Amino acid sequence: MHRTVKWGLLGAALCCTSMLAAAAGKSDPLGNVAASFKAHGQAGMDRLERDPMQQACSQPASSEPSAEVAKSISRSAQERVKPPSDGQYLGDWKAGEKIAQTGKGMQYSDDPAEPNGGNCYACHQMAGSEIAYGTLGPSLSQYGKLRGTSPAILEYTWTRLWNSHVYNVCSHMPRFGDAGILTEQQLKDVMAYLFDLDSPVNQ
Amino acid sequence: MKIDKSIFAALAWVSLAVLTVPDSAVAQDDGDNVFAQYREMFGDDNPAELIELQGEDLWSQVRGPKKASLEKCDLGLGPGKLDGAYAQLPRYFADTKHVMDLETRLVYCMVTLQGFSEKDLVAKPFSGRGEQPSDLEALSAFIAGRSRGAPIKVSQSHAQERAAYERGKEFFYYRAGPHDFSCATCHSQSGKRIRLQALPNLTEAAEARKAYSTWPGYRISEGTVRTMEWRMGDCVRQQRLPELQFGSDIAIGLITYLGVMANGEPMNAPGLKR
Repeated sequence: MHRTVKWGLLGAALCCTSMLAAAAGKSDPLGNVAASFKAHGQAGMDRLERDPMQQACSQPASSEPSAEVAKSISRSAQERVKPPSDGQYLGDWKAGEKIAQTGKGMQYSDDPAEPNGGNCYACHQMAGSEIAYGTLGPSLSQYGKLRGTSPAILEYTWTRLWNSHVYNVCSHMPRFGDAGILTEQQLKDVMAYLFDLDSPVNQ
Repeated sequence: MKIDKSIFAALAWVSLAVLTVPDSAVAQDDGDNVFAQYREMFGDDNPAELIELQGEDLWSQVRGPKKASLEKCDLGLGPGKLDGAYAQLPRYFADTKHVMDLETRLVYCMVTLQGFSEKDLVAKPFSGRGEQPSDLEALSAFIAGRSRGAPIKVSQSHAQERAAYERGKEFFYYRAGPHDFSCATCHSQSGKRIRLQALPNLTEAAEARKAYSTWPGYRISEGTVRTMEWRMGDCVRQQRLPELQFGSDIAIGLITYLGVMANGEPMNAPGLKR
């Protein structure tokens, strides 16, 4: 609900664009999407509803949103970033490693009582010892060793994890903080996995 | 005919374990090559052939409340005409006034010819892990096999066929759910992989053709033949969306979109997959 209110203004701008398209005689090729689905476990029908970012980014990369829409998505994303409540960005890298390795969470086949994973390895190279890493995202190998731990880089990385759309309007990366996929503590643990010089990421 | 599938599954896993031992050579490899080596070990054999035989039996067996076989089922080329039929599905059927894919058409035939209940057939269309293949899986494997070498020719002549394509294409880019995933998140760039698994870029004709022409396929990790409807539903599950319903407009739309992308490619299913 909170999220819906915050998106309100941008939503109003986008709704008018689609209304104009409808008025111009363009029909929606999707039809009634919900009719093709059924709720299953923790995956309810509300997951088919798209917020303004999801709507604006539901198209090929070649036709990304206009500069104006992009700006308001990024601004809105920035406004919603919550820094760690105690100001401490770094948790336990060992716990962070487990989160990076775990792909489960929020599928209807997953146990909702179990903590969600971050599944970082699905898309990113991290520790040099792990060969089963994906390549959809950039390599994060040596992340902290190369960048240090200045307040600026800690804040930037936290923001990336929280809501990557602050920096890339149609980023493919899930909004781990904003969408409530990972808890604040889990985010700190992933941060430590990236920055701690003892972490395998920096070996 | 009963086949002890577990033996094949076990063999598959032993071979796979040998190939995925992390040595430096494999580390340099991408996942696709590892599985290419694995497929080579099979030579011309595919465990799907056993399931195709089960499907062939099911096709001609007299079954159901109406005590009939499926031999009069019309998959688009006329009653009982199987050769090349799968390569031209999904298509518009005048008798139902809908675009249907192989699996929904099979359900239609099992209901109309044999008297089975549609509700029962659709309640659990796919086998669970370790179970015998479902009727739909066995029949799909058999019928797909009868299109081997036939060029894919998914029609766009009927307005409903074009609408299905547009619906599928639009949904391909539909970002939703807690993780903001669409099909395009994983399948719109070439040369990418998730963990070690290579991801086909389904927006490129060459890669869409290769992927589409090998479904249904024997999935080694599942120990059975999986169908195109299963493939769509299992991707959607991983997108964290609610359950994609069997034979739904979005499912048929996605299959039509991918089928049109794959047009011209010789059908090569059932394939052999990781």
